[in-house]
Amino acid sequence: MRNSPHKSSRIRSYFGHHLRSSITTLGRLYAQPVATLMTVAVIAIALALPVGLYITLTNIGLLSSGWDGSTQISLFLHTEVTKEDAVKLMQRLEKHIDIKNIELIDKETGLEQFKEMSGFGDALKYLDSNPLPVVLVIQPKMQSNGPDKTTALVHELGKNPLVELAQLDVQWVKRLYTFLEIANRGILVISSMLAIAVLLVIGNTIRLDIQNRREEIEVSKLIGASDAFIRRPFLYTGLWYGIIGGVLAWIITLISLILMEDPIHKLASLYQSDFRLSGLGIKNTMLLILISCLLGLTGSWIAVSRHLKEIEPS
Amino acid sequence: MIHFNNISKRYPGGHDALSQVNLQLAKGQMAFLTGHSGAGKSTLLKLIAMIERPTRGQIFLDGVNLNNISNRKIPYIRRNIGIIFQNHHLLYDRPVFDNVAMPLVIQGYRRQEIHKRVRAALNQVGLLSKEKVDPITLSGGEQQRVGIARAIVHKPLLLLADEPTGNLDPDLSLEIMQLFARFNQVGTTVLIASHDLDLIKHMGTPMISLEGGKIIHNGLPFTINSTR
Repeated sequence: MRNSPHKSSRIRSYFGHHLRSSITTLGRLYAQPVATLMTVAVIAIALALPVGLYITLTNIGLLSSGWDGSTQISLFLHTEVTKEDAVKLMQRLEKHIDIKNIELIDKETGLEQFKEMSGFGDALKYLDSNPLPVVLVIQPKMQSNGPDKTTALVHELGKNPLVELAQLDVQWVKRLYTFLEIANRGILVISSMLAIAVLLVIGNTIRLDIQNRREEIEVSKLIGASDAFIRRPFLYTGLWYGIIGGVLAWIITLISLILMEDPIHKLASLYQSDFRLSGLGIKNTMLLILISCLLGLTGSWIAVSRHLKEIEPS
Repeated sequence: MIHFNNISKRYPGGHDALSQVNLQLAKGQMAFLTGHSGAGKSTLLKLIAMIERPTRGQIFLDGVNLNNISNRKIPYIRRNIGIIFQNHHLLYDRPVFDNVAMPLVIQGYRRQEIHKRVRAALNQVGLLSKEKVDPITLSGGEQQRVGIARAIVHKPLLLLADEPTGNLDPDLSLEIMQLFARFNQVGTTVLIASHDLDLIKHMGTPMISLEGGKIIHNGLPFTINSTR
């Protein structure tokens, strides 16, 4: 190439053109604020919706993990098992990795509790001996493992020869977890569909942009612009839509959270709970904006690769 | 500079725009390409600029066989060519300076270099004072001169012009042609498609006449009768 500038200056000008493209395209978006805002708003709403659902689900999960504490396994030992043996069993079980803590209710305490709660106090006086077994009340570690693991733990404990019955009421916990899982899948499906919608919106916007600048593309091709050079401003436009859309989605989520926070806190305090809404967090915010950027870039890439080829000088 | 070896071009649908054309244009030469509309002038220029590809035959541009150039490499071939159109293809969304600077920006010249070269090009076409003006406000002749400045700003080896004076009155046309002659004098190869025979005769440069996709004359214009 006789006329081409020197190599080092070519590399510098390559980055220069990237910088210029990014600034010029941002300027173009700024020059048409209404059109830009409408596109960006569509993207932001489409992103904010799954993000909102995700936050709701996370909070339900947090709330239910508080209920995990009330999940207990009651080990009814055989009636002939003495308190000493029960204590030995308890000490052994305390080392189990899935068990958080164990409370021992001996025969006497059990009888006292039964008297208080059943109202048969007087009738019990006529019994010759205490018919109640020693009971170990076990709190499993629930945060780290789901209901399946707890059920397995119950089975394992039930096999112990000292144990007559291991009992756990997990049905409702199981149901809740299953529901949360279904909701999780649902969010995944909705998110995927909305992501495709974002791709289409950006792709379509870029397609219109390409058509509006047909003349410029034709002339550029005629005077020797490479495909990458022509593609660049459109890809940057898509990237900007992604970034701005992502940030706007984050702002929408933030405002919604602030609006919800007060009444939810009031409701929680009515239940003597100090439950607080958990937001998106820095990591997830970054993830949101990253995904949004990728969607912007991909959307514009699809539009550009489809439509730039159609424009050839004639 | 340009070498056509048995070039045929058939468009989809069966229309033969060029058939078995052989042509040589030496480096630093200037020539006119004439013929009625539909004779194949535009097709010939499009083949050189790689806007179209030949159906048969080989084209060599500065020794490079264009058949061996992939679509991806076309931009780099075009950077050695300056192309001027009848409707000048200026972009009205930017001032004259930015229009002329486009080839340099595309090739990655530095800012100072761009300024220097654009000014020089505008000076050569006599429009240095209009660099900040929007092209839409210029007259037809001035717009054409901006188009010429854009075509020569990166000092191409070859200048192609397709009916550059098609919309201009005779005085302006002559002025434009003399501008081309000046570029030719400093070493640029120039090929101009035009049907303005009077003007061509006046210039006294070699002329290639096309009719029905074939070359019927290749030489100085005064050696033949008017083909009209």
